[in-house]
Amino acid sequence: MLKSAFTPKLLVAGAIALAATQASADVTIGVVMSMTGPASGLGIPIGNQIKLWPKKIGGENVKVILLDDATDPTKGVQNAKRLVTEDNVDVIAGSVATPVAIPIAGVAAESGTLQLALAPAVLPPGQDTWTFRLPQSTAVMAHAIVTHMKKQGVKTVGFLGYTDAYGEAWLNDFKAQSQAMDGPKIVAAERFARSDTSVTAQALKLVAANPDAMLIVASGSGAAMPHLAVVDRGFKGKIYQTHAAASRDLMRVGGKGVEGAYVVSGPAVVAEQLPASHPSKPVSQAFVDQYEAAYGKGNRNQFAAHAYDVVILLDKAIPIAIKKGKPGTKEFRAALRDAMEQIGRTVVSHGVIDYTKTDHWGFTNETGVILKVVNGDWKVE
Amino acid sequence: MDFSIAGILALDGVTNGAVYALLALATVLLFTVTRVIFIPQGEFVAFGALTLASLQAGKVPGTVSFLVGLAVLAAAGDFVHGLRTKRSARSAVLHAVRILAFPVAVSLVAIWVAPRGYPLWVHALLTLALVTPFGSLIYRVAYESLADASVLVLLIVSVGVHFALTGLGLYFFGAEGFRNPPFWDERFTVGPLALSGQTIIVFVASNLLIVVLWLYFGRTIWGKALRATAVNRTGARLMGISSSVAGRLSFTMAAFVGALSGLLIGPTTTVFYDSGFLIGLKGFVAAVFAGLSSYPLALVGATLVGLLESFGSFWASAFKEVIVFASILPVLLWRSLRDPHGEEH
Repeated sequence: MLKSAFTPKLLVAGAIALAATQASADVTIGVVMSMTGPASGLGIPIGNQIKLWPKKIGGENVKVILLDDATDPTKGVQNAKRLVTEDNVDVIAGSVATPVAIPIAGVAAESGTLQLALAPAVLPPGQDTWTFRLPQSTAVMAHAIVTHMKKQGVKTVGFLGYTDAYGEAWLNDFKAQSQAMDGPKIVAAERFARSDTSVTAQALKLVAANPDAMLIVASGSGAAMPHLAVVDRGFKGKIYQTHAAASRDLMRVGGKGVEGAYVVSGPAVVAEQLPASHPSKPVSQAFVDQYEAAYGKGNRNQFAAHAYDVVILLDKAIPIAIKKGKPGTKEFRAALRDAMEQIGRTVVSHGVIDYTKTDHWGFTNETGVILKVVNGDWKVE
Repeated sequence: MDFSIAGILALDGVTNGAVYALLALATVLLFTVTRVIFIPQGEFVAFGALTLASLQAGKVPGTVSFLVGLAVLAAAGDFVHGLRTKRSARSAVLHAVRILAFPVAVSLVAIWVAPRGYPLWVHALLTLALVTPFGSLIYRVAYESLADASVLVLLIVSVGVHFALTGLGLYFFGAEGFRNPPFWDERFTVGPLALSGQTIIVFVASNLLIVVLWLYFGRTIWGKALRATAVNRTGARLMGISSSVAGRLSFTMAAFVGALSGLLIGPTTTVFYDSGFLIGLKGFVAAVFAGLSSYPLALVGATLVGLLESFGSFWASAFKEVIVFASILPVLLWRSLRDPHGEEH
């Protein structure tokens, strides 16, 4: 009896709820993220941060759909296609793995949907019309290093980097930045592979060239081995590491050998230590407080900060776009993309973004922070 | 390039070569006894180094659950096989228990030892005890039932085993790299050369092992049995040497050699779950120098690979791997011209 009395009421309630969602038209954010597979270490903190996203962004209700790409480009593209065709999303965020983010850019461009890539996806010119990146470009980070080197009076640099795209990008961007700023010259460039067991020969050749400073381009725990090799060969100058090495793995693996190293990093992970003059200080601090309140002290992480920044950007862009069309329509999506280029200088937890028609990397030169390893911990220079 | 640079490069090359030599010896041993071209030889290196790193960090290494899982799989396979071949249930259970006994015992010891912070050499011995049983278990699970298949089939199985071990390695050890503390943190200066204690340990350990292997094959009955199997499987079986036992024994030795190489190389570089493959592949190149048949030639080949690598990195670091792996081409050409013979199968 009771059951039958309730059924019609529930049905009516359901119908009202359905009508309500259609009327208000939530902004739908589709996230394609590497929650499993080799890049899951990067994707999981982003998933954590997404759970902390507000219900309303830019004054509109938002609905988030998160799909796992398993760090597999094929799966990433399938998911992105599903998001644009079945779920009719207004914006795609992801992926955090560069090889997955690149093909998703194709889906985004084809369907006319804004993509906020959480990976430094390098695309051929003209193909990133719909794609905006959240991580810093190597050029911006190279700028920070060159500035610091000039301040330290470094005139010559030895380069020891990966033989892959990351090493190549750094070599080119560092050269270009240094030339533009009249900075130090690269006097020797040597390469190695992530899987190498020894870089003694490369270190020997670099130390023989006797540069003022050494720039090591490697990532994660792999950055310690070349560093120690250079130190072992008796190099006494300054040693610089890139932002891919800006994790505690450098100290965990390198121990005392990496003491005194300079590492370039985004500001988000060192919020407390930032000088008051750094524009990102309050935003970085807000991110760190929010993330660590939810997931425990010391768990902050540069990738979660990218997800935090997505909200800041959309918060500015959605109010502009909503004037041109309703969420879920083609007009709104196009307006949202255009809005990204119009929002201008935006302070996020990872620095200062200023997207323009020609620059979808966005970060300005105020972004990079140089950290020094002192007593096994980071210290902002 | 002056004399001192050449000296440092040569030292670096010969040190790495000593580790490659161990892996090359294991590869030659496995191929001659079981005709398996064992691509995952390098995986034991990574497992050894990572197990020691976990123990050093006071954690129970991922190897423990991996080993027990593999042992249960092997025991279950043996049990089913036993019942199928009309063994009595009691004897089938006994066989399975015998397979499980050592891995489980070692794992329990590891769980007990891990948080207690014993000295490095205890951890090193425990690491060897944990990784060595992998050899015979992998042989049981992957190769034993295929022992009479062609070299090509066995090679394909090896590729599969390699991918399985790398994937499982990621699962059990995680994606992070580790570097072990040196066994002997001492430095000696000989002219322009700076010898570290670890370098000396690498030399002593690898040369000692080569001598021990030589004595083993020349003087012991089991060593002679393995040699007999290597020369002629059917003949050896007619003489009462079980080819299964020979296979398991040689795989156990290969796993031991791999784990030991891992301990030797762990303090000089950062080891990841997948680092073993390239190290093993260089051992394989050295084994090819020896035509997969001669131990002394494998030693020469490994030293050459080490030197080539070290001087190659000095002259053209971007092309180092190309130089090392391309060097196999003239060797193959020379071997096939000198010793032309068709595929036996």
